[in-house]
Amino acid sequence: MVDRITVEVARYRPEKEAEPSFQAYEVPCRKDWVILDGLNHIKDHLDGTLSYRWSCRMGVCGSCGMTVNGEPKLTCATFLADYAPGPLRVEPLRNFPIIRDVIVDIDDFMQKLSAVKPWLIRDAEKPLAEGEYRQTPAQLDEYKQFSMCINCMLCYSACPVYGLDPEFIGPAAIALAQRYNLDSRDQGARQRDEVLSKHEGIWSCTFVGECTKVCPKHVDPAGAIQRYKLSSAMGSVKDFLMPWRGK
Amino acid sequence: MVASHDVVLVGGGGAGLRAAIAIAEANPRLSVAVVSKVYPMRSHTVSAEGGAAGVIRADDSLDEHCYDTISGGDWLSDQDAVEAFVKEAPEELLRLEHWGCPWSREPDGRIGVRPFGGMKKMRTWYAADKTGFHMLHALFQTSLKYRAVARYDEWFVTKLLVDDGRVQGVVAIELRSGRIQPILAKATILCTGGCGRVFPFTTNATIKTGDGMALAYRAGAPLKDMEFMQYHPTGLPFTGILITEAARAEGGWLLNKDGYRYLQDYDLGKPTPKPVLRSMELGPRDRLSQVFVKEMEKGRTIDTPYGPVVNLDLRHLGERVINTKLPFVRELCLKYQNIDPIKEMIPVRPVVHYMMGGVHTDIHGATPLPGLYAAGEVACVSINGANRLGSNSLPELLVFGARAGRAAAEYASSQKEPGPAVVAQAEDERRRLVHDLLQRTDGRERIATVRDAMQKTMEESAGIYRSGPGLAKAADRLGELEEQARRIGLDDHSRTFNTELVTALELQFMVEVARTMVGSALKREESRGAHQRIDFPKRDDQRFLAHSLCRRAADGSCRIEYLPVTITRWPPGERVYGR
Ligand SMILES: Cc1cc2nc3c(=O)[nH]c(=O)nc-3n(C[C@H](O)[C@H](O)[C@H](O)COP(=O)(O)OP(=O)(O)OC[C@H]3O[C@@H](n4cnc5c(N)ncnc54)[C@H](O)[C@@H]3O)c2cc1C
Ligand code: SF4
Ligand code: FES
Repeated sequence: MVDRITVEVARYRPEKEAEPSFQAYEVPCRKDWVILDGLNHIKDHLDGTLSYRWSCRMGVCGSCGMTVNGEPKLTCATFLADYAPGPLRVEPLRNFPIIRDVIVDIDDFMQKLSAVKPWLIRDAEKPLAEGEYRQTPAQLDEYKQFSMCINCMLCYSACPVYGLDPEFIGPAAIALAQRYNLDSRDQGARQRDEVLSKHEGIWSCTFVGECTKVCPKHVDPAGAIQRYKLSSAMGSVKDFLMPWRGK
Repeated sequence: MVASHDVVLVGGGGAGLRAAIAIAEANPRLSVAVVSKVYPMRSHTVSAEGGAAGVIRADDSLDEHCYDTISGGDWLSDQDAVEAFVKEAPEELLRLEHWGCPWSREPDGRIGVRPFGGMKKMRTWYAADKTGFHMLHALFQTSLKYRAVARYDEWFVTKLLVDDGRVQGVVAIELRSGRIQPILAKATILCTGGCGRVFPFTTNATIKTGDGMALAYRAGAPLKDMEFMQYHPTGLPFTGILITEAARAEGGWLLNKDGYRYLQDYDLGKPTPKPVLRSMELGPRDRLSQVFVKEMEKGRTIDTPYGPVVNLDLRHLGERVINTKLPFVRELCLKYQNIDPIKEMIPVRPVVHYMMGGVHTDIHGATPLPGLYAAGEVACVSINGANRLGSNSLPELLVFGARAGRAAAEYASSQKEPGPAVVAQAEDERRRLVHDLLQRTDGRERIATVRDAMQKTMEESAGIYRSGPGLAKAADRLGELEEQARRIGLDDHSRTFNTELVTALELQFMVEVARTMVGSALKREESRGAHQRIDFPKRDDQRFLAHSLCRRAADGSCRIEYLPVTITRWPPGERVYGR
């Protein structure tokens, strides 16, 4: 006998409903089933109208983030059995407009990501014929962690600052800016600085570290923000003491 | 509403993004659109683990990479295409380094390379064991700096628009609003990836439903070598999650239920404590998967609720090697199978992994249909022949993505604007989607039922081993399933982000693609690479040193013709491993 578990899923169809409500479904609670397997069971066999995003089912595409019993989770990397005997509540990620059911609108992040110029910036490009930019394993380690972000948005969902102030660039975009700032091949820190320091949001980050706690890829966005603040504060002190230092 | 661009790309994975950048660089005045059913950085390229091959070491040569690819492909690769590919791969990988890809390094800061199955020399570039993830994010983030690249994120393409013998754009659904509209273009490039989901047990993400192959096929372009579907020998049971070949390259062993390295019984070399290239566990994928079936028939595999498995043993590598070289493998085992490879063996079985066949293109990515190009897993150039070598696919996305982008840019520059006829066609397509699917209330079939039946049919008849009678039966069954897929009844009749509508369309694409696979497999009466016929166990160069080309007949059945393989310098020989 397979145990069963009740999953209460937030439903919202803007064409029909004025506001979200919950709908309960009972699904098998197998030991190796993740929450996403439960949702797929609902969609296949119980109710084809339930909509959600997913793709890889291996925690790398970043599609399947939802709020599970109040916490942001990748539903493909969270076992159903961990919530037994249930019921368990699945809602859209917080702090984003809801498009439908548990699907949220992440346009805002996509724009912020572009804004921080997440690409290698060089004063002069080295011709391909001259080979690779040398980078030692230690130099790689400097930024490696920040390059692991899968853009799953769990950190935005958890961030109290972003919740209050949607202008805040937010954890993942700052971590990705730092990913390039700390890359030994990059020379674009100054350009990114203009974007990062423009908005006071970054200073209102209180280092509660909710983003780092929920990040499924150990990116440590809170660490990236702290580090940025330090370097940027030091940068302005240095600029003040050594104005000739053209960064 | 009608949108219009110079070049439209369907797909924002590795191939699509590389093509987009190539176009933006070739001619910044052209407007380029990337249409993708998921946000580009969610594309399936993100899951690739092991690495990307490109010759860079002094002890290696282009000819050796060519030979490994051609012999690995059982001489079905076009050798002119392989030569171009091998030559351009290192350049492309280096370009990605200049775009920020965090390749793993040697202590002195040079690019590091690792061994890989079927490759005789170390030439596989890697970014820990998240190579595809890092490549895709580097490409996507770099693409953001090109203003000429417009994006249609979460738009689903349902049809190619063809008039006057030319492809002139697509019809797509904007998922968020449900709006259905044409996106016109002077040139269209398909970069939609593979079709592993036609099988029940696959490493492929749920989005890999062969859409581009079906789109091209319906529009009149031929599909090439569709009988060649690669199994990867080591997937986790149930989820199909891939345990990368790198686990074996670092020295992992495959053991049967007696703890015996059974590969030594099948002419794949002698067991040695250290891994030897092209030998034993580093033999080619098709052979390793076939040997699994033989081992199963001998009763030497291990039975589990998810079917028979063998064990992949990494324990002797030790904690340090596993944590530094294979951290993702460990993470996957812990998170999805609740197994720690430092202490336990990993149960594995062969899983459907990669489509060697696809839309027929020349070495510039052009299909026989003017205005239509294809690159990446959806295309068949062919460099992969009857069996792709691991780590050749990622560089293929780059080399042929860039080539297709440049060719399409040049073609688009000389074409006039698409005409009104295609706008009228788009209106017909809109009506079909709305009346036959979205608003239909008398549909009887459920998506999951038809899908499961299709997958079962494919696994039983077109899996690792095939037979004439089995394939013939499958062809009939798929004909019925195609009918059923047409009569799908949706629960969901709404417009906003209707994922059930998307799934229904994907199912129709998949059944179409499955039919071409079975049709092509039935006609190829020989065994070569990934296509093994128990009724024709030998390779037959007299009759079949040729690509199959599958065209759609008016009644929906497939017509097969053959096209000779291009041989430049490497005459067909025997595939030898472990000797
Ligand atoms: C688990 C795994 C590991 C792998 N590891 C390696 C490796 O180590 N080395 C190697 O060389 N290869 C590897 N491969 C193979 C390789 O990753 C793939 O062949 C390759 O990434 C395919 O890239 P692509 O750009 O062709 O397609 P994808 O990355 O699959 O992208 C397809 C794109 O098309 C879009 N699309 C599809 N249909 C539609 C539609 N109807 N409308 C709109 N958009 C659409 C999708 O949204 C997506 O953007 C691996 C494959 C798997 C499954
Ligand atoms: S930083 Fe972590 S939580 Fe935030 S988007 Fe990236 S991977 Fe997700
Ligand atoms: S489905 Fe890809 S991260 Fe969960």
